[in-house]
This record gives sequence, structure tokens and C-alpha cells, in this order.
Amino acid sequence: MHDEELRDLVPIVIGILGRRGADFSTAEDAVQDALIEAFRTWSDDEPRDMKGWLIRVAWHRFLDRRRVENARTAREEHAFALSTDAATTSADDTVDLYFLCAHLDLSPASAVALTLRAVGGLTTRQIAEAYLVPDSTMAQRISRAKRTRAGRRLNRPGNVSAVLTVLYLVFNEGYSGDVDLAAEAIRLTRVLADSIDHPEVSGLLALMLIHHARREARFSADGGLITLGEQDRSRWDAQLIAEGIGILQTALARDELGEFQVQAAIAALHADAQRVEDTDWPQIVEWYDELLKLHDSPIASLNRAVAIGEAEGPAAGLAELRRLDDSLPRYFAVEAHLRERAGEADVAAKLYAKAAGKASNLAERDHLVRQAARLNSEH
Amino acid sequence: MAKYLMLKHYTMAPEYMQYTPMDQWTPAEVDAHMKFMNDFVDRLKDAGECVDSQALSPEGTFVRFDGEGKPPVTDGPFPETKDLIAGWMAIDVDSYERALELAGELSAAPGAGGEPIREWLELRPFMGETSTTTE
Repeated sequence: MHDEELRDLVPIVIGILGRRGADFSTAEDAVQDALIEAFRTWSDDEPRDMKGWLIRVAWHRFLDRRRVENARTAREEHAFALSTDAATTSADDTVDLYFLCAHLDLSPASAVALTLRAVGGLTTRQIAEAYLVPDSTMAQRISRAKRTRAGRRLNRPGNVSAVLTVLYLVFNEGYSGDVDLAAEAIRLTRVLADSIDHPEVSGLLALMLIHHARREARFSADGGLITLGEQDRSRWDAQLIAEGIGILQTALARDELGEFQVQAAIAALHADAQRVEDTDWPQIVEWYDELLKLHDSPIASLNRAVAIGEAEGPAAGLAELRRLDDSLPRYFAVEAHLRERAGEADVAAKLYAKAAGKASNLAERDHLVRQAARLNSEH
Repeated sequence: MAKYLMLKHYTMAPEYMQYTPMDQWTPAEVDAHMKFMNDFVDRLKDAGECVDSQALSPEGTFVRFDGEGKPPVTDGPFPETKDLIAGWMAIDVDSYERALELAGELSAAPGAGGEPIREWLELRPFMGETSTTTE
């Protein structure tokens, strides 16, 4: 079955139901019902006109749901109908859905879940599996999110940065279960980039593509983390990198710098180096300076200290590090790396072990334990 | 079927935890241990016996209620705490004997010198649902 084609249709069909007067919440539920029905029946008998099938089944489900609701009570009017302006296109409907699902009224976890279902066309079960929570928890999260949004009108133009934050969160989740969230985030960002012209949308897409290009090289055969400096660069996807850099250059030419463009520029400089020793660290430091001007974040400062350590030597990196708060995530991992490069193997080994105790995921913890073990067994 | 929790500990009384800390192993020994753990969970999944497998960070916070309208009191982390939970595997198996067998296998994970670490695991049965045929 054509999963991606089907998922592309989900936001479009929600938009079409909206034009027929359906409220968002019920329309979204109806399309989800139709989607599950499609998964159940299409494996034997795939319809020739997938879109027509989905509209027909979703519309019937919408009418069923409406009948049940009307019978219950004359509930408050669902004021939140999507635009009924027939002149707008379905691409506009889809963009409206992005804004709606990523609205700042929602917690990040809710916005992510709603976006994946209504815009991404994933089933509740797939989203629950991807985030390792029970189906019922995810179903509840989504219906609460929809209640929060019910009755509120969308102010177009919506908040692009809220949408980008949601897509970035999805991308960073990586993948578990049968849904590849990183690939899904890229798909959704591509659709958005095709629909609205915004340099930060391009910046985020470029950032995702360049990171995604390195994915195969990030883990060893037995699942161990391989850091950027150690990766086999021949395993990077040159085509994805080229695409990302192309998108980034077009965005940068508009001279409306934003955080995602800057992060993509840093990723691009890494991707550009054929060997790790070819990395243009001084330029990376400059981009971190830009990033800190846009948004003074301690994580960016920590990464800048790493870049300075590479550009000017470990002593300079350690001097930068000392100005930061040692409760920052990965602080001790960075210090361990710099101490090792400064020739202080004993201190570095202890710091790697300490950093392992503070790691927030298993791949990182295992990597840091291995680093400590490596230094301890060298002498 | 019955569910059991296999608890792993970061620190326990010395008579229960005698193996060398992992950062004192060789990198190859660390890799072998990680591989054993991953393979173990995969085998549980294949056998339809895996419920959950999670690892916890060693440092946590103690929290308690401190009266209406006041924020909760926090304390810790307490590095001197004798017994810290490192993680768990929850299994759903046919019998207590099977649970013992699996815990024994997990405890044989390779450590320094490739020797089984013989770590003590704590096996705790879940409280089940009241059976409909109890009355």
C-alpha cells in the first residue's frame, strides 16, 4: 500500500470536509476513522481513486459522528469551522492545519501529537508507538488538544515559528516503532516549504536534510554512537547534503537570518569537510557568535566552547567552558574531551565516567562509558 | 501468565555487588556487555515475554507535599543513598520458574575479563487483577 500517498491525502481531506461545513475536531476524527478503515481493507483491494475513497468514507463517518453528537445534546456550536472561502486552494487549507495544530495554546507534546495525526496522517497507534506511551494515553492527549483548540479562530497569518518548533521536535525524536519520525518531519517540512515562502522554513528543512544525510554513519553495526569526528564520511548521503546546502544558500541570500538558518550553516560547514581535519572551525565559531546574537542560549554557548577548543586549542576551549554553568547537559562530556586533548588522560577518564552518570539517553551513556574505559585501559 | 519486574541496582551492599565498575573494563568488554543486554531484550521480544525495558539516570530528586498553596519541597540528590535503581525489565511469563531462569540469564551478562558479572537482580511479582473465577 502507498502509505505516504495516503498520508499526504489526510490534511487535504480534512480541508475538504471543512469546506463542506464540518468543524475541525469532528472532521479530523472522521478522517482518522477513514484512515484506519483504509489500512484495514486496502491491503486486499486498493481503490483506484484513493482520494475519492477517502473523502467518501470520511464524509460518511463525519455524518455518523454528527448524528451521534446531535442526539446526545444540542452541544455548543462548533464555531471552529475551517475557511469556507472557495477561492483558496487546498494547499492553503493544509497550511492552516499546520498553524492550527502547532498553536501556542497547546503544550509542545500535544502540538506534536495533533500535527502528526491531522497533518502527518498517522494513526493514534503509530504516534503512541513512536513516543512509547500507551495508545489510550496518546488518544487522550490528542482529544484534549482538540478541545483546547475548539472554538478558537485561526488568525492568519499563523505563527510560523511555533510550527517550526513542532517540526523540529518531531525530527529530534528520531525513530522507534515502525514510524520514522525524522523522515516524517522532513516530509512535513517539505510540504510546508512548498506552500509558504519563509527563509526559516528553508533553514529548518536544510538543517534536517544535512543531519539526516549523516544518519547512517552515526551508529555502528551493534548500535553504538559514533561522534561526528569519528564518522566514516563516505557513508554520508552526498545528495541530501547538496540539496540541503542549495536550499540554505537560497535562504541566506534573502538576508533575513534566523536560528534555523544559522544552525543549518554550522551543519553545512561540518558536511563540507571531506575529512574531520578539514573542518573550518574558525568559521563555525563565527556562526555560533551569530546564533548567540539571535538567541542567547547556554547550549549554544557550550557548543561554541567546543568549536573554540578546535579552532584555538583545548586551553582556549576550557577557558570558555569555565564561564558556563556546569549543570548544563553534556558539560562534563565536553570538559572530558577537552582535557583529553590537553593530555590530561586521568582527569578526562574520571570526567567521562561522571558525564556518563549524567547522560540523558542510553546511546550517549554507553558511548561515554566506553570513552572512560578506553582511557583507563590505555595505561 | 504472570508479570514480574527484574530490578537492576546501581549500588547495593558490597556483598551483593562485587564486580568492577564498567569504566574500569576494556572498551571491548564494555561493547560485549552492551551487546548482551540488547540481545537479551530482543530475545524477550521475540519470545513474546517482554513488557518493558527501561534504564534510569542515577541522579534523582526527593519531593514531597508541603501544605496547601505551597510548592512541593525538594531535596537530594542523595549520593550516599545505599540502594539506587538503575533500571528494570518487566516480563510476562508462564511461571515463576521461567522468571527465575530469565533473571539468571540476565545476571550472567559478561563483565571484566568476559566473566559473568553475577549481579544480584531483584525479582518482584506484579500484583495481578482479581480473577473472575475467584469467588
